[in-house]
Amino acid sequence: MSPIVKLLAQRIALSLLLLLLISIVIFAGTIVLPGDVAQSILGQSATPEALANLRAELGVNDPPVQRYFAWLFGAMQGDLGTALTSGQDIAQALSSRFWNTLFLAFWAAVVAVPLAIFLGLLAVRFKDRWPDKMISAVTLASISIPEFLIGYVLMYFIAVKLRWFPSVAMVNDNMGLFEKLNAIALPIAVLTLVVLAHMMRMTRAAILNVMQSAYIETAELKGLNAFQVIYRHAFPNAIAPIVNVVMLNLAYLVVGVVVIEVVFVYPGMGQYLVDHVSKRDVPVVQACGLIFAAVYIGLNMIADIVAILSNPRLRHPK
Amino acid sequence: MSDTLLKVRDLKIGATIYPPGERPRDIEIVHGVSFDLAPGKVLGLIGESGAGKSTIGLASMAYGRGGVKITGGEVWVNGRDILKGSHKDIRKLRGAEVTYVSQSAAASFNPAKKIMDQVVEAAVEQKKFSRKEAEARARVLFAKLGLPDPDNIGERYPHQVSGGQLQRCMTALALCPEPDLVVFDEPTTALDVTTQIDVLMAIKEAIRDTGVAALYITHDLAVVAQVSDDIMVLRMGNTVEYGHVDQIINNPQEEYTKALVSVRSIEHEEKAPTEEPVLSVRNITARYKGTQFDVLHNVNVDLYPGQTLAVVGESGSGKSTLARVITGLLPPREGEIEFAGRKLSPDLKGRSREDLRELQMIYQMADVAMNPRQTVGTIIGRPLEFYFGMRGAEKKKRIIELLDEIELGEKFIDRYPAELSGGQKQRVCIARSLAAKPKMIICDEVTSALDPLVADGILKLLLDLQKIEDVAYLFITHDLATVRAISDNIAVMYQGKVQRYGGKSKVLSPPFDDYTDLLLSSVPEMKLGWLEEVIAHRKMESAGN
Amino acid sequence: MKNIPISALIGLFFTALYFLGAIFAPLLAPYGVGEVVGDVWEPSSADYLLGTDNIGRDLLSRMIYGGRTTIFIATAATVLSFTLGSVLGFFAAVMGGWIDQALSRFVDLVMSIPTLIFALVVLSVAPVTIPMLILVMGLLDATRVYRLARAVAVDIEVMDYVEAARLRGEKTAWIIFREILPNALSPLIAEMGLRFIFAVLFVSTLSFLGLGVQPPEADWGGIVKENKEGIVYGIPAALIPAFAIATLAISVNLVADWVLNRTTSLKGGRG
Repeated sequence: MSPIVKLLAQRIALSLLLLLLISIVIFAGTIVLPGDVAQSILGQSATPEALANLRAELGVNDPPVQRYFAWLFGAMQGDLGTALTSGQDIAQALSSRFWNTLFLAFWAAVVAVPLAIFLGLLAVRFKDRWPDKMISAVTLASISIPEFLIGYVLMYFIAVKLRWFPSVAMVNDNMGLFEKLNAIALPIAVLTLVVLAHMMRMTRAAILNVMQSAYIETAELKGLNAFQVIYRHAFPNAIAPIVNVVMLNLAYLVVGVVVIEVVFVYPGMGQYLVDHVSKRDVPVVQACGLIFAAVYIGLNMIADIVAILSNPRLRHPK
Repeated sequence: MSDTLLKVRDLKIGATIYPPGERPRDIEIVHGVSFDLAPGKVLGLIGESGAGKSTIGLASMAYGRGGVKITGGEVWVNGRDILKGSHKDIRKLRGAEVTYVSQSAAASFNPAKKIMDQVVEAAVEQKKFSRKEAEARARVLFAKLGLPDPDNIGERYPHQVSGGQLQRCMTALALCPEPDLVVFDEPTTALDVTTQIDVLMAIKEAIRDTGVAALYITHDLAVVAQVSDDIMVLRMGNTVEYGHVDQIINNPQEEYTKALVSVRSIEHEEKAPTEEPVLSVRNITARYKGTQFDVLHNVNVDLYPGQTLAVVGESGSGKSTLARVITGLLPPREGEIEFAGRKLSPDLKGRSREDLRELQMIYQMADVAMNPRQTVGTIIGRPLEFYFGMRGAEKKKRIIELLDEIELGEKFIDRYPAELSGGQKQRVCIARSLAAKPKMIICDEVTSALDPLVADGILKLLLDLQKIEDVAYLFITHDLATVRAISDNIAVMYQGKVQRYGGKSKVLSPPFDDYTDLLLSSVPEMKLGWLEEVIAHRKMESAGN
Repeated sequence: MKNIPISALIGLFFTALYFLGAIFAPLLAPYGVGEVVGDVWEPSSADYLLGTDNIGRDLLSRMIYGGRTTIFIATAATVLSFTLGSVLGFFAAVMGGWIDQALSRFVDLVMSIPTLIFALVVLSVAPVTIPMLILVMGLLDATRVYRLARAVAVDIEVMDYVEAARLRGEKTAWIIFREILPNALSPLIAEMGLRFIFAVLFVSTLSFLGLGVQPPEADWGGIVKENKEGIVYGIPAALIPAFAIATLAISVNLVADWVLNRTTSLKGGRG
């Protein structure tokens, strides 16, 4: 087996192992912590019999290991259990919300990624001049501002004062693509702002790192023009770090979605999760937590895989 | 075409420095340098670090590295003042008329592209040759430079060939477009001494055969003497002396040049072994954790009180590993170490405070051997406090004595390492080890990071201190000149084994084993024509076999 | 204290202002925290400088008390994460071996789940009280501090001066406190600033989601939540606490940036 295949296999296996461990952590986290689910659901005034009945129904009395495996095997077959509060099938309730969340994150990425890379390149091109300095200032500001503030500021000025876009991002299956995009314009803008600064700062650093290599000097001393230097010598070496930047930020985006969905009352998975945390609906929280973690781990894995694939030392072993 | 290829007049170069906490400042680093270079000739630029030699070399391509800017003067190449040229003119010059070979080929090749693509790129891009012609030319150059499998080596990636080979590929890259001038910037400095000689010869022959002119930049006068027609000695951005190679080497006029020529001329009388060695290394075999092969095989050496044992070898010979084993940082797999008449615990943890005190160490990089947050006084005072419980005035008195011994003096006591020069830092490290009143000091390449004159000063100091303090040195180095200068006994190491061991005169006199012969004959000598002699000698020998 | 750049001075000034406001909240606030004094969402006036909130409480008083809660929780969480993370990070770096492996792999595991998601999972079962919030935030954030502290310490660990200290026979405590710590301090202090900002943002986010500080207790994120309905009617009350969060975070960031830049080059730590 060539070393590169071995490395890739190892990386994928690591992700699966990580996911398994995380499922244990999530499951354990919800049973070892203080607090009684049945009590939370029924409230302080519940009778002991009602509590006992609910506990039996929840399977709380079974040994934890047995419950964990039951839950895990269920999850692997797409059975995420039923929500305690509504009695709904979680997988069913989640499916449309999951796609809504992906839809939002996807379009935010479509806007944010090219923009961030372009601005990152701009910052490199005008290093230490005003465009670069402005980008640093914006970065500083944006990591200091909570996502929901950006959300409300945009909502206040653009939706309420200017009335350009709706302030609440309601979507349903009957809407056309354009209608949907119009509805989520503001959340997309907010998510873009949230990841943009970070992503362009990292892109800038990644490209500068490559541009300071000795082989770029060699290329310049061959009399190549700036475009040739960047296209032939900087670009092949910058792919991996840039993909890495993009993946890390997409992972960040997926989490940022949770808050933004609440702000704009968007019917996605994040809002569903937050809702059920307040209701202490543990099976729903576990399911959502697992899905978010899986997406997050998956994106990080892709970043590493690209880095492995683009490393000439691994692609062309001695 | 005029009879001067490169004419530099009153070249001034500036740089912007960014002192921490202060406003950036412009300083001048080259102060008006002038020289001429005729077609096909080689000019050696020599100087210590900070002399401005690389900066001048790159200026001949109108290039400033980092924040460096050419601020005045003229650089004429083939009858044109390139500093007045447009961006486009300069691009046409680079890679076509003037090319560049850097110190580190490993960093200068793009890791993501095949060697051939990079070697022919300038020639094709500058329309000097078609891709096919350029590749054919590259293969001829690969062969001429002595690269193995010249027809296919271009298909490899940079990480797939060795450092010495890559340095030759870089030379091929520079010669491929058939330039008029090549700037060689310390092309052999990063190589081992036995590799250096081959690359040096390859470069010299390539220059001769192609009739290209060259600027050869190095800090090693003995090396530059082998390849140059003229030499310019530079110091802190000024010309010290400029003349024909014969005049510079055999009849230097300036004090500074004389010092450079006579560097490494320290004489040290070999002492005979006494009865009891202070250190006995017995049958040491060692490997690093998690690896599958031994880096040291059955090593045996002795060091006598007040004497110096030089352990010499190239990178990978295991010489530094030996130091780690002796200090207890790497417990050996087999064998034992006897020190001052007692058996040393193989592991650092098992050693007594007395063992630690009597066996001190000095490092190659004085920069990182001292805590940047401690003053010189604290650094030297800590062993006094730790081993002898000295406090207050008593401690201070002893610190000042030590500072005097290393020729720095009391005023250094409150300085921080960042405020010292390289040589001064190394002196402080020496004082720190002496403070423990050791029986023996391990010196791990202590002069390799220093400029030759500074290194000489350190070696002299170490020899003087040996007489005063009666301390033994285990001196680890790759530099044979240093070995000659200071050792009583020598151990030549190769691939983890002691290849040759004994008194200095015995080890350095024939008959030699093959490796020692190769090693000794590879050290550049401050003598014109040395390179040809060695190569001729080696060819004869191999023909004889 | 000369040579402080103007941006850092501004940062220091506002940071100090917010902290003083938090400490002396009862003296500064014109009304009580839960006191209903006027109409719903009154505009700003001489009586109510920032107007009133969704049930007619004085917004300025709630902001001052809210700041106190937010800053207190963030500070406590930062102290917790910092102490735990840096001590364990240094310890892992100096000890190496299986201790380092075990700690580092565990931290990798925790860090492979997004912090917010992890916190939500925990808060879905644990009682939402202020000590619980501090504990959850402090522990989750300690993983980040651990990573940095370990990385910095490992970098310093391999320096020859640390090896020299080992060869001299120094104890682990000396190596950590005299050789490594002085050289690790500036990146760690800068990181402490960033961790504090993160804690402020995090507790505000949780409160905004209704999973942080519980009413009637006030904190900035909670005030945003209480007044968010107003946005749709064009009442900007919710933007005021958000603005406070942002200015506090930016101020601390400016200071942290300065600390980091000031000491990137080591000149005896006297710069």
